[in-house]
Amino acid sequence: MKSFETNLAYSAGAHNAKPYLQIVDVVKKFGDHTAVDHLNLSITKNEIFALLGSSGCGKSTLLRMLAGMETPTSGKIILDGEDITHLAPYERPINMMFQSYALFPHMSVAKNIAFGLKQDGLPRGEIDERVEGMLELVQMKKYAHRKPFQLSGGQQQRVALARSLAKRPKLLLLDEPLGALDKKLRQQTQLELVNLIEQVGVTCIMVTHDQEEAMTMAGRIGIMSEGQLLQVATPGEIYEHPNCRFTAEFIGETNLFGGHVIEDEPDFVRVQSTELPRPVRIGHGITGTLGMPVWLSLRPERVGVTRRQPVSHGNWAAGTVSDIAYLGGFSIFHVRLDTGKVVKASVPATRWREEAAPIWDEPVFVSWADNDAVVLTQ
Amino acid sequence: MMNRLLSLRDSREAAARGARRSLRWQRALPRGRSLVTAVPYGWLLLFFLLPFLFVLQISFSEVEIASPPYRALVTRAEDALHIALNLGNFTYIFGDPLYFDAYLGSLRMAAVTTLICLLIGYPVAYTIARAPEAKRNTLLMLVMLPFWTSFLVRVYAWMGILDNEGLLNHLLLSLKLIDAPLALMHTQLSVQVVMVYAYLPFMILPLFSNLVKLDGRLLEAAADLGCKPWKSFLTVTLPLSKNGVIAGSMLVFIPAVGEFVIPELVGTPESLMIGKVLWMEFFDNNNWPMAAAVTIVMVALLLVPIVYLHKREEKSLARAAKH
Repeated sequence: MKSFETNLAYSAGAHNAKPYLQIVDVVKKFGDHTAVDHLNLSITKNEIFALLGSSGCGKSTLLRMLAGMETPTSGKIILDGEDITHLAPYERPINMMFQSYALFPHMSVAKNIAFGLKQDGLPRGEIDERVEGMLELVQMKKYAHRKPFQLSGGQQQRVALARSLAKRPKLLLLDEPLGALDKKLRQQTQLELVNLIEQVGVTCIMVTHDQEEAMTMAGRIGIMSEGQLLQVATPGEIYEHPNCRFTAEFIGETNLFGGHVIEDEPDFVRVQSTELPRPVRIGHGITGTLGMPVWLSLRPERVGVTRRQPVSHGNWAAGTVSDIAYLGGFSIFHVRLDTGKVVKASVPATRWREEAAPIWDEPVFVSWADNDAVVLTQ
Repeated sequence: MMNRLLSLRDSREAAARGARRSLRWQRALPRGRSLVTAVPYGWLLLFFLLPFLFVLQISFSEVEIASPPYRALVTRAEDALHIALNLGNFTYIFGDPLYFDAYLGSLRMAAVTTLICLLIGYPVAYTIARAPEAKRNTLLMLVMLPFWTSFLVRVYAWMGILDNEGLLNHLLLSLKLIDAPLALMHTQLSVQVVMVYAYLPFMILPLFSNLVKLDGRLLEAAADLGCKPWKSFLTVTLPLSKNGVIAGSMLVFIPAVGEFVIPELVGTPESLMIGKVLWMEFFDNNNWPMAAAVTIVMVALLLVPIVYLHKREEKSLARAAKH
């Protein structure tokens, strides 16, 4: 269903490795509502995978099915060759870090971390050793005897992580892992968390609605909407080559133009949009037919703003500056075209070394290169 | 320039005004707060501490044929104040096994009542707390419904059930489970049954309000970490409901020790409980000082568990704060 041949080449790499976790045609219904809709996903060992979607898209339900807190209406979940679909949560080699952390308030930090190990009936000495190791890993040794309510949010998060890693699970689930932290701490913790997970070497699935978090932490991202996975790819691939309008708009900012193919050649296509003055030339072929309706996605940082008319034959339009958002390192220019469409252009501050930046109501031209616009067929 | 200076001064003045206003507020606030706390303190002072001091004073006096029937502690004779503290009532209580047995009987009855209430009340409170929110209020209503009827009427109803000619015997006879009516009334068992019935809501309500606050995610976390449901009940739910258990047990145990009406109406005449002894001293013997001393000893007995639990709570808080 990919609109790009190049897209297929990109995602092929991920499918070479043997799948460690397989989600096979899983459906979850709550009454009439279908929370997860015939979903398939394979995850390789030691991968950090992020399920990204807005609230109510079914990502949390999927995570809860992996943890065993919900049972799929149909479908199978296979982990390391074992069908775990109908195992109780306490029988699964899977541990979860809860969004609210769910630390036991009546137990000390050390006891919280030891809790899971005690359930396995490990000898006392080994439990102490493992707890010690975990405390060291998350740098919480000093706080071993504190109760959770005596810790800051960041410290609680580290204890929750240590507790979910202590049992050396085959699969680690993170539910909005940094959602409860404030923004500054969140950015700092993202990479720290990835380093810890990679250090331990555990396969990890995280659920988040924060695209920055997903892009920073995950090796691959699955975009979820209405219980289905729309696109599964690396952060870069998803950003540069979204396969549908939802993904293009959900990840980052973009300019979308509706139109249809008017010229379909092996090495280029032309798309006519009513929102642009002239046909747009795309520098490669697409899997489509002449006249089919498509959308063009054009990222703001791909759009150039000039005072002089661009020399390229098709990929430009004239307009006037209707708004400027100055953001320091770069500015977002809102350029109203003659067709009425407003195009957003993100221009770095260094662009205005030689000449002054355009001002409100100034007539300008927007332009982009042959391969900047992405053709979306759905 | 001038304008800016002016506006600067204006804004400074406004800030100062604001600060003054908020200061005034702060000064007024403690006064309002102490006014609010004064109400319960005043209530306790007027209806608990003052009466208690009266009783304490009477317990140290001697019985006298007069009105009121005791001798005043403080007398004035020839420009001197004489304070006569009579310890005789207390030495008598500790000397006579009748009192000891009555205290022991009451404490045992109260303890067993508390235990049975806990064993029945916990599952009930747990079920209500875990019920869907829409059902919860109805279930709570059912627990509280008996309070709409007078306590005495409810005890009389139990007499109608447990009597030799009562509902229960009739039912068992007609089901041919027994040949002759069981002697249920006026036994220790009947007292126990009615005590548990009467005090059960006082156990259920504090337990419910504790259990309803339990975060379900903690149980999910326990399960996720490999804990089976019954074990997560023991390691998570039960320890976290400790305060509810303590509150419910106190609410049952304390009034149950001094219970008078239930043993009087459905109990045996032989088994003495301290409430009954108190009544006899006061109304039959007209010995107010003795009755007062019995009360003081009972209060002292009840203070032991209360103070112990309070101290333990304080200690655990202090321990938590130290780390």
